[in-house]
Amino acid sequence: MDLSSLANCLGSPACVVTQVTSGLIIGMLLFLVAAGLTLIFGVLKVINFTHGAFYMLGAYFALTIFQLTGSYVATLLGAALATALVGLAFERFFMSRVYGQNILMQLLVCYGFILIFDDSVKIIWGPEFKSMGMPSTFQVPPLFIAGGVVPPFYLFLVGVTVAIGIALWLVIERTRFGKTVRAAAHNPSMVSALGVNTGILYGLVFALGGLLAGFAGALAAPVRSLTPGMGFSILIESFIVTVIGGMGSIVGAFVGSLLIGLIRTFGSVGFPLFTEGLMYLFMVVVLIAKPTGLFGKEVA
Amino acid sequence: MRRSAVRDLLIGAVVLAALVLLPVLWPSKALIDFVIRGAALALFATSLNLLVGYGGLVSFGHGMFFGVGAYSFGLLMQRTGMPIPVAFVVTIVVTAAVALLVGAICVRLKEIYFAFLTLAFQMFLHSLIILWVPLTGGDQGLLGGIPRPPFFGIDLGDQRQLYIAACVLLVAGLLLMRHIVESPFGFTLRMIRDNAARTGFLGVEIFRIKLVAFVLAGVFAGIGGVIMSLFVSGAYPEFAYWTMSGEGIFMIMLGGITTFLGPTIGTVILLLLNDFVTRFTEHHGLMLGAIILLFALGLRRGITDFLVDHWRRTRTPAATRRGH
Repeated sequence: MDLSSLANCLGSPACVVTQVTSGLIIGMLLFLVAAGLTLIFGVLKVINFTHGAFYMLGAYFALTIFQLTGSYVATLLGAALATALVGLAFERFFMSRVYGQNILMQLLVCYGFILIFDDSVKIIWGPEFKSMGMPSTFQVPPLFIAGGVVPPFYLFLVGVTVAIGIALWLVIERTRFGKTVRAAAHNPSMVSALGVNTGILYGLVFALGGLLAGFAGALAAPVRSLTPGMGFSILIESFIVTVIGGMGSIVGAFVGSLLIGLIRTFGSVGFPLFTEGLMYLFMVVVLIAKPTGLFGKEVA
Repeated sequence: MRRSAVRDLLIGAVVLAALVLLPVLWPSKALIDFVIRGAALALFATSLNLLVGYGGLVSFGHGMFFGVGAYSFGLLMQRTGMPIPVAFVVTIVVTAAVALLVGAICVRLKEIYFAFLTLAFQMFLHSLIILWVPLTGGDQGLLGGIPRPPFFGIDLGDQRQLYIAACVLLVAGLLLMRHIVESPFGFTLRMIRDNAARTGFLGVEIFRIKLVAFVLAGVFAGIGGVIMSLFVSGAYPEFAYWTMSGEGIFMIMLGGITTFLGPTIGTVILLLLNDFVTRFTEHHGLMLGAIILLFALGLRRGITDFLVDHWRRTRTPAATRRGH
């Protein structure tokens, strides 16, 4: 424990800015992954344990597309779309066979795929650490805010993610598709009786989750090193986020991600060895106080 | 005594005798190691199935008790120098106390929230182990070996004697758990799993039954941890990591959750699978993943569940068949 350095950091604006920006980066990437996870759970009532692997695939797709095209815009879109397709196929061909079964059976199918995805990445891209490098557009001097260093890419990442978050919220709350999705979350058999093909709807929700996770992977590729198995830690963290925010709540996922991002960065200053412990402690407290999470609705 | 209990005891005695004779007939160090590891993990998996299969309590954090058992036993032996049987009993008390504390908070929650809360507690404990370096050795684990002073003429430092001790603990543990699930308590537990509200109306204190099951399962997992710590002569943070719980879930799903011996069989399958797959291919994940999918999507249940279903179906006339 190192409370004096935490106090020192909180006393210096430069340190606060640096920690807050890196907390925001962690939080934003986490939000994109957790939003898909929480959406899938909200509608299908299954926990997609492969979601971390989707994030990893997104990052590796990004690496390849960027090497081929050199355009970061194409990279973002291509990686997100490719991962969405993986999500769609995974749902239609495999996950849809274990709906309504024991949750452990779903866990088992997902675990099998995590192993397969990780190993495939190892075979295709190699087991060693990879890095994509910063796109040339962002290779400009960093900004200084109150003495803290802020790379321009960080601003881009935060801006894009917030925009996506708002767009996602609008899609779910304001469009016909969103209304169908919410209705299916509430009463799938009624929605199906009204003539909606719920099979396709479930596939689309998985594709949307994959899209978000793949996009997160592509956003992370310039600032994180890529390894097979990089999905595991973000999976665990996005669980914490969805549980804290409330399973099924997009707003909850956003708030939860920011909280976890900040706990991680400030925790690593004050409690270097216990940063993870802090997150779990927070999760325990929320679950005991309000099992449905901060923004979760009571489920019948 | 119930007639089935007498039968169980007889089976247990025969199996124990066979296990003890096994290395005499087939002296192999690999076999001895395999059985000791298997005993530790089978106790762990069967105890998890007390919760999952009999109680409908899907715990994602059961590995924490495996870790608590291994660490408390290791620490007691390293720091206090007490005799092994005393340390064993103290370890059981410590594990039960931790399980009581965690369980009292967790079993109030339902389904997925119970699963996540147990996971969170487990990861919290894992972080504590990593953090508390002076006591636990941090991420290096408990190093320096666990002293094993002889007691009653038994020397657990000798791999053969440890083998026999592990077999005795395995058989005794399984018999005890068998007794628990066949007792009125075990049937109450199944009743809660099938319909908690109705069980509550009958005047059963659901919270208490679930908590007792949680503590019992924790204790048996802890005993598994003790065997493992004796085997590796140490304790590592991985014992309390979520992968341990994941492996437990994997073992009971492979073997089957509706039969008592399913988890034990699942343990043997997983151990063999791990050895086999690592020996024959470098693409460990690809193979293991494909086999898992074969189970989950092909059989759709564990091996023993499948066999029992099959046996019932072939014995029951088609007209009286239900389900399937």
